[in-house]
Amino acid sequence: MFDFGTITTWFDNLLESVMPGWAATVIECVIIGVALLLVYALLALFYILYERKLCAWFQCRLGPMRVGPWGLLQVFADMFKILIKELIRLENIDRFLFALAPYLVIIASMVSFAVLPWGNGLQIIDFNIGVFFMIAASSVGVLGILLAGWSSNNKYTLIGAMRSGAQMISYELSVGLSIMTMVVLAGTMSVSGLVAAQADGWLIFKGHIPAVIAFVIYLIAATGETNRGPFDLPEAEHELTAGYHTEYSGIHFGYFYLAEYLNLFIVSGIASLMFLGGWMPLHIPGWDGFNMIMDYIPSVIWFLGKAFFVSFIIIWFKWSFPRVRIDQLLALEWKYLMPIGLFNLLLMTLVVVYGWHF
Amino acid sequence: MAERSIAMEVKIKGMKREDFKDNEYIDKLVEELNASGTNVVVGSLDQLINWGRANSLWPLCFGTSCCAIEFMHLGAARHDMARFGFEVARNSPRQADYIMVQGTIVHRMAPALVRLYEQLAEPKYVIACGGCAVSGGPFKGSYCVVEGVDKIIPVDVFIPGCPPRPEAMFYGLMQLQRKIKVEKFFGGVNRQEKLKDFLEKHPEEAEAMK
Amino acid sequence: MANIQETISKLCPSATFEEGEVLRVTVDDKLWHDLAKQLKENPELGFDYLVGIIGCDWKESLGCVYYFTSTKTQEHVSVKVATTDRENPMLHSVSDLWRVALIQEREVYDFYGIVFIGHPDMRRLFLRTDWVGFPLRKDYDANPELNPIRLEQEPDEDATAAYVEESDGTVKKIDRKVFEDNEYVVNFGPQHPSTHGVMRLRTSIDGETLLKVDPVAGYIHRGIEKLCESKTYPQTLMFTDRMDYMSAHQNRHCLCMCIEKALGIEVPRRAKIIRVMMDELMRLSSHLLSYGCMTMDMGATTAFFYGFREREEILDIFEKTCGARMSLHYNVIGGVVADVHPDFIKDVRAICSIMPSRLKEYHKLFTGNVIAQNRTKGVGVLSMEDAINYGVTGPSGRATGWHCDVRKTAPYSIYDELDFEEITETAGDSFARYMVRMREIEQCVKLLEQLCDLLEKEEGNEYIAPKVPKIIKLPVGHWFQQVEASRGAFGVYIESTGEKTPYRMHFNSPCLNILGSVDLACRGYKIADLITITASLDYVIPDIDR
Repeated sequence: MFDFGTITTWFDNLLESVMPGWAATVIECVIIGVALLLVYALLALFYILYERKLCAWFQCRLGPMRVGPWGLLQVFADMFKILIKELIRLENIDRFLFALAPYLVIIASMVSFAVLPWGNGLQIIDFNIGVFFMIAASSVGVLGILLAGWSSNNKYTLIGAMRSGAQMISYELSVGLSIMTMVVLAGTMSVSGLVAAQADGWLIFKGHIPAVIAFVIYLIAATGETNRGPFDLPEAEHELTAGYHTEYSGIHFGYFYLAEYLNLFIVSGIASLMFLGGWMPLHIPGWDGFNMIMDYIPSVIWFLGKAFFVSFIIIWFKWSFPRVRIDQLLALEWKYLMPIGLFNLLLMTLVVVYGWHF
Repeated sequence: MAERSIAMEVKIKGMKREDFKDNEYIDKLVEELNASGTNVVVGSLDQLINWGRANSLWPLCFGTSCCAIEFMHLGAARHDMARFGFEVARNSPRQADYIMVQGTIVHRMAPALVRLYEQLAEPKYVIACGGCAVSGGPFKGSYCVVEGVDKIIPVDVFIPGCPPRPEAMFYGLMQLQRKIKVEKFFGGVNRQEKLKDFLEKHPEEAEAMK
Repeated sequence: MANIQETISKLCPSATFEEGEVLRVTVDDKLWHDLAKQLKENPELGFDYLVGIIGCDWKESLGCVYYFTSTKTQEHVSVKVATTDRENPMLHSVSDLWRVALIQEREVYDFYGIVFIGHPDMRRLFLRTDWVGFPLRKDYDANPELNPIRLEQEPDEDATAAYVEESDGTVKKIDRKVFEDNEYVVNFGPQHPSTHGVMRLRTSIDGETLLKVDPVAGYIHRGIEKLCESKTYPQTLMFTDRMDYMSAHQNRHCLCMCIEKALGIEVPRRAKIIRVMMDELMRLSSHLLSYGCMTMDMGATTAFFYGFREREEILDIFEKTCGARMSLHYNVIGGVVADVHPDFIKDVRAICSIMPSRLKEYHKLFTGNVIAQNRTKGVGVLSMEDAINYGVTGPSGRATGWHCDVRKTAPYSIYDELDFEEITETAGDSFARYMVRMREIEQCVKLLEQLCDLLEKEEGNEYIAPKVPKIIKLPVGHWFQQVEASRGAFGVYIESTGEKTPYRMHFNSPCLNILGSVDLACRGYKIADLITITASLDYVIPDIDR
């Protein structure tokens, strides 16, 4: 399999040969930053179109199709418009926090990008507690939503923010527990270590029963954590008009809009890392020819493909299921998901200790 | 030559110029706007922005009566306004681009409509949809009906009908797209300048703002 | 009927009686409240369902006409109470006996300025709080300068008043507030995605729990009843299509029947069959819409598109025959305006054949979903007593177990020949209301299949009565007619003085009563339940406001 590490190392050596080490690092950081922003924006646009096309498909419609070929330029039109849309100046609000909130949300999701295993050797930082970092970074987002709701001085946004506070903190627990279950199986918290551990089989197959339970819990909890239907209570369109971002206009609203889709990508990316082997191709022991063919598919495509697949499932149930109520939402987490998650962690530990996994 | 340039500027995919009825209006608008001439760079930037705006019209959910049901049909599978990218209906006026007044506006509703209009972020457009919103329609002469929303807010496009068919709504929306496509963002006046202009004319308001 | 007359004259000797399609009792206001109590509680009378209160201005006097029905015997009676005081007209409230009067008396107050003694919340219902005059009075000053389009917010939104009678007979006004200062009031509407139009619900909440809901109507009050008084009878027909646009045919059917009853016109059988078919198609399309809207309000967007997919097919049938998709204008006095399209029967049969499989799809997508069940079961419970007391009819009333289908209780047109089942549930919650609608779709299909056969037999016959006068003048008198619209019992009251135009035309809408029960149904539930409950009660705002 092609290792992107060779390119990056070659580039690093090239830079270091012409300039001092610190300058090379600065230049690399800038390049990575620009690339990250670009990928970030493109992915968000892709996801918006992806969801709009998918939901049209579920609903026997066509979806965007008139702007550009197959409606591909639709999202660009939306972006142009939202960029130059007026930012309304509101009275009687906490202006600093109001302006800060969308940036907090978008930065939180951007930072999580740093540790995703994009491909073989294609990772921005790789350190021993990568998974831990990822969970920590993505949970900053709730702060942005809380601030947005609080600072808007509007009852809808406040209710939305309170809901999201309760919801995201609760569901983070289940996300953490199911990830921990898989960490126990893999024996490492480093992202590259996790991927390497799945070279001979994805964790969801290796860990069989407890891994599948963890995967299901993760899917439910991650949907809850990203505020998507059926858990989209903080912005529950038909109850709170637009929830915590009711008062935001223009590009500030655009940030929330983008962050929602990016968070969807991030949770799908984590799912593919923890359960579906990251960028590792699908290998079936014994089928050498098949495995060879699989190896020819680039690792980046493997990773994105898996992430898109998980997103597809999440989008699917967003459009089909009705929204849950706040008390049911919390009951689901505290009465069902968390106890099952804890029990599952124990089960996984036993499986690992007694070596019952593949 | 002039004819051709206008036609090119306000092209709508799938609808020929001859298929539209009110071409003189658009022509006049273009003529007025182009009277002073445009810089090439600014002009093409304008075109790009107008392309974005015209193709990303997000409606504000604002249905008062029968027309709202036809608007739902516009969004439903057969007519599917998502094809044009109009389907992102926002419930918060801050994030919407246009308000489609679907139904009668009565005295009690009038302040709410004006307030919603003022809450919309620029650029904002108004479509008066259906006989009631155009002129009071069948309820003209009633003691509490506003006879046409243009009495209280500026209207860009009128769609007659009681209620208009979804096809008529598409036609109205395309007319709005054409209107947007001849707008000027860089050349024209924006809201800040409008405000400055307004404050110069009304010094007492400027005092109150401070 | 004689029996009722005897009982009432025993209880209230000064009452006068007027025979007619419905016995009309005229009593003095002083005796009215006692008689009302007897009407409801006396086992020989047992008029537990107040159908409607119709305010009227008879020039020399102002007053109300009450229509009552007994849910056990299906007997009807109407009561007229009037006052000659035009400056400070006052009548006694019956809102303590029939809760539906809470909202209907407010309507009368709004239109005629009649104050109801003992009503706890006497404020305007439809018009702005600073409105000058009472529009349906015959001496109303329509000068637009008195009531210009005001663009400032309404003053004193929270102010209300109660009028209490002291022991010495004087009436005292007590100022009240709808919401106290220490309550956390959250406002839904008038522009809100799930109020189904321009309804405004002011709620007082504690955390996520609703303590009180105060519906504020009138954001689409178009003054139809006043407009009718200046239009000829055929002209008034067009308003019915624009009130509850989801029951356009039924409403128009009702008004036509009422006028035909007054004129003594017999409608040809073919026209009757066509009318009933259109009614049932309309009901089908309305229930599909309420399925779509309810699921969308609860977040299941895809289901909405499924409901609308079939609705389009029905609109196609309407379009072929009536020429329009929504404002259909098909019934006219004496029959229907034109014969059905040649494809009509074929198209209706096609709809009937696809609906069962489509219903299965709906149930698969939404009904069986565990979230949907948790969201709707046990939410917004109305008991049968509540439903009767608040006059909640239609699918919402039948969900409580109350057999209130006008097609069964007082069959009109050809409904008594048809074989169909009156759907009832007993739970009275949102899920029951939803299920009644879904099961009624099956009944609609069953009815339509029978009607297709009947219509085929009547091929080529007249579709409009041959002897409809060119200028329609109703004789002096008053008539009341009810039909089963998509959302409940819809009634039309006409009072005529022999002119070309009606003296008073009142539309008794089912949705107004439903709105009156929202507060009762919502208290103690969560904010999200407010959406479920209002969606399952399924009111149409222009029908409330008229």
